[in-house]
Amino acid sequence: MHGRPRRPDKPEDAAAAEAKAAKLRDLQAQVLHNHHSRTYTKEALGLSFKLLEINPEAYTAWNYRKLAFQHNIGELSEPEAIKSAIDDELRVVEVALRQNPKSYGAWYHRKWLLNQKLAPVDFKREFGLLDKLLKVDARNFHGWNYRRFLARFMGVPEEEELKYTIDKISDNFSNYSAWHNRSILLSNLLIKQSKGFESKQKIFSEEFELVTQALFTDPSDQSGWFYHLWLLAQTSSPENPQLIASWPSNGSNLSLSSLSSICCYSLKEGILPIVLYFNEPVKGLSSSSVSLNSDLVVSKNIQWRPLSVTDSGHSNCWVTYLEVSNLECNSLQQFSVEVSITNSDEIVSRSGSNYNCPVHFSFTFELSNNDSTAKDIDPIHELISWDFSEPLLSHVNPSCICFEQLKITTSLVHKESNWHLERLSDEIDLFRELHDDNSKFAKLTLARLLLACAAIKSRGSSLVERKGYCEESLGLFNDLIDLDPSHKRYYEDERSLVLMDQLTCDMEAFKKYCSVKALPKLAPLNHVQLCRLSLTRIGFAERLLWVQMLDLSHNNLRSIEGLEALQQLVCLNLGNNQISSFTALEPLTKIISLKVLDLSCNEIGTHPIDTTRYICPSPFSHRVEACEAFEECRKKNINVEEFWDAILFFKHVNLVQLCLEGNAVTNKENLRTLVVTLNPSLKWFDGKFVH
Amino acid sequence: MGDGGELAAEKHVRYIVTVEKRKDSFESLVMEHIRLNGAYWGLTTLDLLHKLRAVEADEVIEWIMSCYHPESGGFGGNVGHDAHVLYTLSAVQVLCLFDRLDALDVDKVADYIAGLQNEDGSFSGDIWGEVDTRFSYIAICTLSLLHRLEKINVQKAVDYIVSCKNLDGGFGAMPGGESHAGQIFCCVGALAITGSLHHIDRDLLGWWLCERQCKEGGLNGRPEKLADVCYSWWVLSSLIMIDRVHWIDKDKLAKFILNCQDKENGGISDRPDNAVDIYHTYFGVAGLSLMEYPGVKPMDPAYALPLDVVNRIFLRKEH
Ligand SMILES: [Zn+2]
Repeated sequence: MHGRPRRPDKPEDAAAAEAKAAKLRDLQAQVLHNHHSRTYTKEALGLSFKLLEINPEAYTAWNYRKLAFQHNIGELSEPEAIKSAIDDELRVVEVALRQNPKSYGAWYHRKWLLNQKLAPVDFKREFGLLDKLLKVDARNFHGWNYRRFLARFMGVPEEEELKYTIDKISDNFSNYSAWHNRSILLSNLLIKQSKGFESKQKIFSEEFELVTQALFTDPSDQSGWFYHLWLLAQTSSPENPQLIASWPSNGSNLSLSSLSSICCYSLKEGILPIVLYFNEPVKGLSSSSVSLNSDLVVSKNIQWRPLSVTDSGHSNCWVTYLEVSNLECNSLQQFSVEVSITNSDEIVSRSGSNYNCPVHFSFTFELSNNDSTAKDIDPIHELISWDFSEPLLSHVNPSCICFEQLKITTSLVHKESNWHLERLSDEIDLFRELHDDNSKFAKLTLARLLLACAAIKSRGSSLVERKGYCEESLGLFNDLIDLDPSHKRYYEDERSLVLMDQLTCDMEAFKKYCSVKALPKLAPLNHVQLCRLSLTRIGFAERLLWVQMLDLSHNNLRSIEGLEALQQLVCLNLGNNQISSFTALEPLTKIISLKVLDLSCNEIGTHPIDTTRYICPSPFSHRVEACEAFEECRKKNINVEEFWDAILFFKHVNLVQLCLEGNAVTNKENLRTLVVTLNPSLKWFDGKFVH
Repeated sequence: MGDGGELAAEKHVRYIVTVEKRKDSFESLVMEHIRLNGAYWGLTTLDLLHKLRAVEADEVIEWIMSCYHPESGGFGGNVGHDAHVLYTLSAVQVLCLFDRLDALDVDKVADYIAGLQNEDGSFSGDIWGEVDTRFSYIAICTLSLLHRLEKINVQKAVDYIVSCKNLDGGFGAMPGGESHAGQIFCCVGALAITGSLHHIDRDLLGWWLCERQCKEGGLNGRPEKLADVCYSWWVLSSLIMIDRVHWIDKDKLAKFILNCQDKENGGISDRPDNAVDIYHTYFGVAGLSLMEYPGVKPMDPAYALPLDVVNRIFLRKEH
């Protein structure tokens, strides 16, 4: 029930209401009776008409009428009689829609009738009905759905329907339904390359003008802003996917312990991950689309896996794990690996465009059987402390650590970029004028335009060019947090991405956050410290692929999606953040090298509603089969219904050090048993030695 | 109007229990054909308020089973009404609340649902062939609760839902249909249950959904529409499934819902000072549950049942 005022029943109304109710009760009973006894007489049909006139939602009455229609039409042969039977049904629908223009049953009855194709459809009558209804309520989505149905049914060209949306938009800019239909029709016309729709540039320029006119007329109306966002996405999204980063980076030399090269701890376990990072999600990486050449014998069945929490076919980040444990080598021996991706029809983005920027890179790694010192020593045997580090440059040449990998993108500029840039610059100028207005949509749109522009400008050239755009949009997001506090955390999440962008796009500035962590008898760990920055989520992980020790403590992180790309990560500090469930830690289960995890002072166990319950794999989403770990825990009297998320997390990590104190979940009995059972190699728990 | 104060849980329980007795009113008669939906709304609300014991389980189940059509395997909205997936899901959900799925011929019911899948992966609501993404959700949710998802072509079902995705990140009732919060819940829910949320642009959809919050704190179902308590559920559950629920102001929304209570006679209405009904009472309490309101059981956002019920169904040992 919608829009009925709340009021006490007046006694004088009671009698009238009782009479009305009695009539409806009788009607419903009689119609059901006729339905069950298959009585399809004129009189019986009249009763169902009366019922639907009062209550168009009585679905069984519509079913009854369909049965009756099928029954009666069989006895008719005269076209006139058939037409009259159809007219009767159409009239019932019209009467019902007068009572409730949003009656599902009534609308479907009409579609069903037309689909019987028993007589020519009177399209004037159909479109006339729609015009009347959409005049009363221009947003009636049943009406719009029926209009799309009719247009398809009678083969109305999409260009005509596109004109209709302009009519409706000119009547009233605030018609989201019309803008929506326009976006659907335009996409179809552009895909089909219909006459007049060959040039995406021309069409989108015209659309920008159209929608901007609407936005400047009433900046507080939402309808146009969503359309503008769609246009922006169409204008700024990359035409083709590109590889933007890899680990190892081109020309690097890896080893387990040598100070002159990059240390890769997973070599200890005989595993060498190779990570490829694209500028948009792609699918189709395989041993045939990515060629791997090496002087070591590489298995023919190289498996590329998408690295994303949702485990879809599409991902920005892909990994393969080379097995190097069974290599025979007597003394120190060097192996080289070459990776190349040529134009590939197999690697495609979500929008269906294929990979066409050939890349080639190579790296070497050293292995030695005599490296026994390194093999025996667990790099994190001692309790890790997070407060000690040395400045970068003191041990290691920075060029071999990090920034080199970004050179992959150089000299890959797209021809189309010029048009995109011009279009975006025009829009930016427009919105800079408008944004004094204190319209939150104008500010937000300006920020989005700036970021889109930054992305296009830095494509193929230096990342530093992004910096100015980042700074301007950070200012806008700060304004928005004040201007529209109800959506504060949306702006904070957007700001967090820009912050990460700004911090990592300028090598000189970023160095301040980088250092090396010296560990006894081992090569130093590349250490990045991004603390107390109000980060709420992770962005631009492709610039951190080389990080081995990451301190993200004292932020407001509630999501760590993106960290799964950091396949070299050994130690991670997430202390003093807002992680609220084990399922939110799912990205960490994809990092095989992770050994040390600090989760102290988060919100795990505080919230009964888990917002990542359906993003991570679980039995509820059919992405986890019957799990052995559940059985193992049941044997130890651990309640699986309560701890399923902790069980799935700890089953998939292999930690040596863990800190969980300061989370509500630690008050629960059995959690410690669970952790120790599933992580047998755990040595330090909450700063204390286990065993 | 003023401050809605606290949740009048006791009053709402009494309202739900006594709605039964008023079933001869005109309003109840108009809703007669969806009484099975009403049972699900009322009983789930009672369970969320820890009061499911206020009703006699055996009586309820006996009545539910009297809406069953043994020839087809589906349930009607009431005794004597035709079978439809809308009521079949409600029947299964109520049986789940009472942990009494054993009352069903599970394979027969699952076959009824599975038999309604069309060649393109979509689902019809009943034998008459109306197609809508609501029915996709219902089919997937019901079959999953019955552990019979393998009876349908899940991939095709997912592909059809994805074909209803719009350029604003939302979903419509059919390909080309406008985004609508109720429809979005159905599509996001179906994708969640089938482990297919990667088809969603969570930031894009999340922003569209969080912009459903109106100045007065309530949520609407589409841009430039009035706030309404029932969207608290459709929008919140969708936002939770895609991990973006923190993008709205929960305190303001909770206040809006509490302001729609009839504090005298119990029940919650669509908007402040409107007439209450069982539908909005359920959506109001369920919305508060999703916002972790004290004293209300937490709800599962995809299956629309209390969390403990869903955890029991999927994690209990004998399964
Ligand atoms: Zn409502």
